[in-house]
Amino acid sequence: MTFKRVAAASVAALMVASPVMADLVFPSLSYRTGPFAAGGIPYADGFADYMTLLNERDGGVGGVAIQVPECETAYNTEKGVECYESTKGMGALAYNPLSTGITYQLIPKATADDIPLYTPGYGRTSAANGNVFSHVFNFPANYWNGASAAINHVLDLNGGDLKGKKIVLLHFNGAYGKEPIPTLTKLGEKHGYDLTTIPIDYPGQEQKAQWLQIRREKPDYVLFWGWGVMNQVAIQEAANIRYPMDQFIGVWWSGAEHDVKPAGEKATGYKAMTFHGVGSDYPVFDDLQKYVVDAGKAAGDGSNVGTVIYNRGVYAAMMLAEAAKNAQEIHGVKDITSAQMRDGLEQLEITNARMAELGMEGFGPEFKVSCANHGGPGSIAIQQWDAAAGKWSLISDFGASDMEVIQPLIDADSAAYAAENKIEPQCN
Amino acid sequence: MFYREAGDFKTSYRDDNQTFPIRLDRAGYWIALFVAFCVIPFFVNDYWVNSIFAPFFIYAIAALGLNILTGYAGQVSLGTGGFMAVGAYACYKLMVAFPEINIVFHVLIAGGITAAVGVAFGLPSLRIKGFYLAVATLAAQFFLVWLFNKVAWFYNYSASGQINAPERTVFGVIVTGPNTEAWAKYMICLVFLVGVAWVARNLTRGMTGRKWMGIRDMDIAAEIIGVNPLMAKMSAFAVSSFFVGIAGALFFAVYLGAAEAGESFGITKSFLVLFMVIIGGLGSIFGSFAGAAFMVLMPVLLKNLLVGTMGWPTEIAAELEFIIVGGLIVIFLILEPHGLAQLWRLTKEKLRLWPFPH
Repeated sequence: MTFKRVAAASVAALMVASPVMADLVFPSLSYRTGPFAAGGIPYADGFADYMTLLNERDGGVGGVAIQVPECETAYNTEKGVECYESTKGMGALAYNPLSTGITYQLIPKATADDIPLYTPGYGRTSAANGNVFSHVFNFPANYWNGASAAINHVLDLNGGDLKGKKIVLLHFNGAYGKEPIPTLTKLGEKHGYDLTTIPIDYPGQEQKAQWLQIRREKPDYVLFWGWGVMNQVAIQEAANIRYPMDQFIGVWWSGAEHDVKPAGEKATGYKAMTFHGVGSDYPVFDDLQKYVVDAGKAAGDGSNVGTVIYNRGVYAAMMLAEAAKNAQEIHGVKDITSAQMRDGLEQLEITNARMAELGMEGFGPEFKVSCANHGGPGSIAIQQWDAAAGKWSLISDFGASDMEVIQPLIDADSAAYAAENKIEPQCN
Repeated sequence: MFYREAGDFKTSYRDDNQTFPIRLDRAGYWIALFVAFCVIPFFVNDYWVNSIFAPFFIYAIAALGLNILTGYAGQVSLGTGGFMAVGAYACYKLMVAFPEINIVFHVLIAGGITAAVGVAFGLPSLRIKGFYLAVATLAAQFFLVWLFNKVAWFYNYSASGQINAPERTVFGVIVTGPNTEAWAKYMICLVFLVGVAWVARNLTRGMTGRKWMGIRDMDIAAEIIGVNPLMAKMSAFAVSSFFVGIAGALFFAVYLGAAEAGESFGITKSFLVLFMVIIGGLGSIFGSFAGAAFMVLMPVLLKNLLVGTMGWPTEIAAELEFIIVGGLIVIFLILEPHGLAQLWRLTKEKLRLWPFPH
């Protein structure tokens, strides 16, 4: 009977067992579809391409090949959970889901499964407190560093005085966009500026109402926490109401080439934060071109190499690869487990010398992760878009953020989480 | 030949009115229950529960709820996502405020709260019908999601607006939080689903259900024969929202463990549940199950087939999934507008005559 055959085929398809691999497995929970695909694609490409580069050039990490199984989440938490469950059986060493919502889902699950989460520049900010979040790492910078860095930049522009200034936070109305609010509120009390928050609902293709409000309130600065298609729309709308671009500052997820290009010339002057270098003037990109793109092994079509989000994917992959190498050295085994990977992340040290060896000199900061501090140095620079030249350039140095304000917030938020979930501090 | 009523004699009205009048059906029902309760729990792992069973069971509860309102009482609702959010946030507030009370009661009370909210948003149904009512419930959807985003009290002032389910137990077994065993998660969803389905079935074949169907088929005629439209419509909204609230509470507490209003309970959720009900079959208990199974399992199946077995790139598989699922919906609606339930009914008719159809 055909019905039986269909049923049998269906069950077989549901049960597809993934072979247990003796490789280093870093699942990529990517999103190449949906309204946030504009950011998801270059990131996933960068992540996969760097791992391919290590396989092709160095034979993996410590001689063990790397696998990057991809799973499409479409930025949807339910699909994210499905992807997590379907890939963890492959011997996943770490997850990097590139979604704050999915990260919130996975923090308890991954901790229970003893798999580390690496969420550079996104996710739960208070996870920087390794004492509570044993399996979550968000170095080198988090949203609260970003919020503080943006305010520092604004302070610089105003000679250190923000009394009576109006600042608007235009944000994605979700976990990601709401993260900076506590810090900006606290900093507002400290520096005396007025904060107004204007949310944009998913997916954010329509922002007339928000920009009407901005036009009415005439804020001195607009800070922007957007992602995917909402970035392009916001920058276009800002151009339409002739909002001065140099007073419009995006977080690092709102500052890629594809975000500003649709607005053309008018986007010139738009600023964004960044926690790593811009452009492709680093030797590692030559290697990527040679071993991966030219060899036809790139995850995408290769056109993204050197763009902001692609670079970030490369940077995240580099961190995980370094941590895996570190774990191999600590434990003296080649085929590390996810628990050993966690140790590798926790004892990771990135030095300038090592960055130079990797062909990424000056790309990111020097830092050392510790049991208590999973957050890294949080040093952030401001980049500015020049439409005529078609590129981003750094207009400030990588500066520190106001940890005096941020650290108590991190401690309070992580303490609340620890109390809710009865977590004992892991560091002594 | 396989599916015969011959020889299956009924000697009382009770026997005649039972849910499964045919012996084979009855046997199938008991076997399905036995397998679901006594066999599967011993074999499930995290993947099966989190990707297949938990979403299937929870969406089946939501579909049952919506089917009562839309399928039985004929009141179109696009507010399912919002009502699920009410269930989820009510459950969260209760779990945090009264940790000593059993989670099962929290889920039920969350359902009750949702029922009250549902009745409030159902009041316009006394004056408006059809598309206009759909728009009114759409307003409920947007209002509720906006409310849970805007008022920080609902998410206990957490920095990101996320709610996280703390660990809770039933008879000493952990059922929420990350340390939940796969079988425990499976069982709690299953128990709620069986309970809800049992209540739904018995409500819909009794007087309440007949009143709902009367209102659906022709409200003026129903009123003339003595059905109180206020009571019938409000009870439909209450029961439906109660089930949807339970689904929302389980969705947040047991299945996901963390949720945020806009992402987890947006308009897409309302449409998803509505599709389940339409594809499964309006006004059918079995249809709710079939629709939920179709909408939950189909994407997983396609993904495993295209990416897992055939090794296609994930984005092509994801896009193709939309096309295939969308196409199947259209095909189904053209070939069988009454949904999978009707397909099953026809199959049963055929099986009764098989192999001698003439």
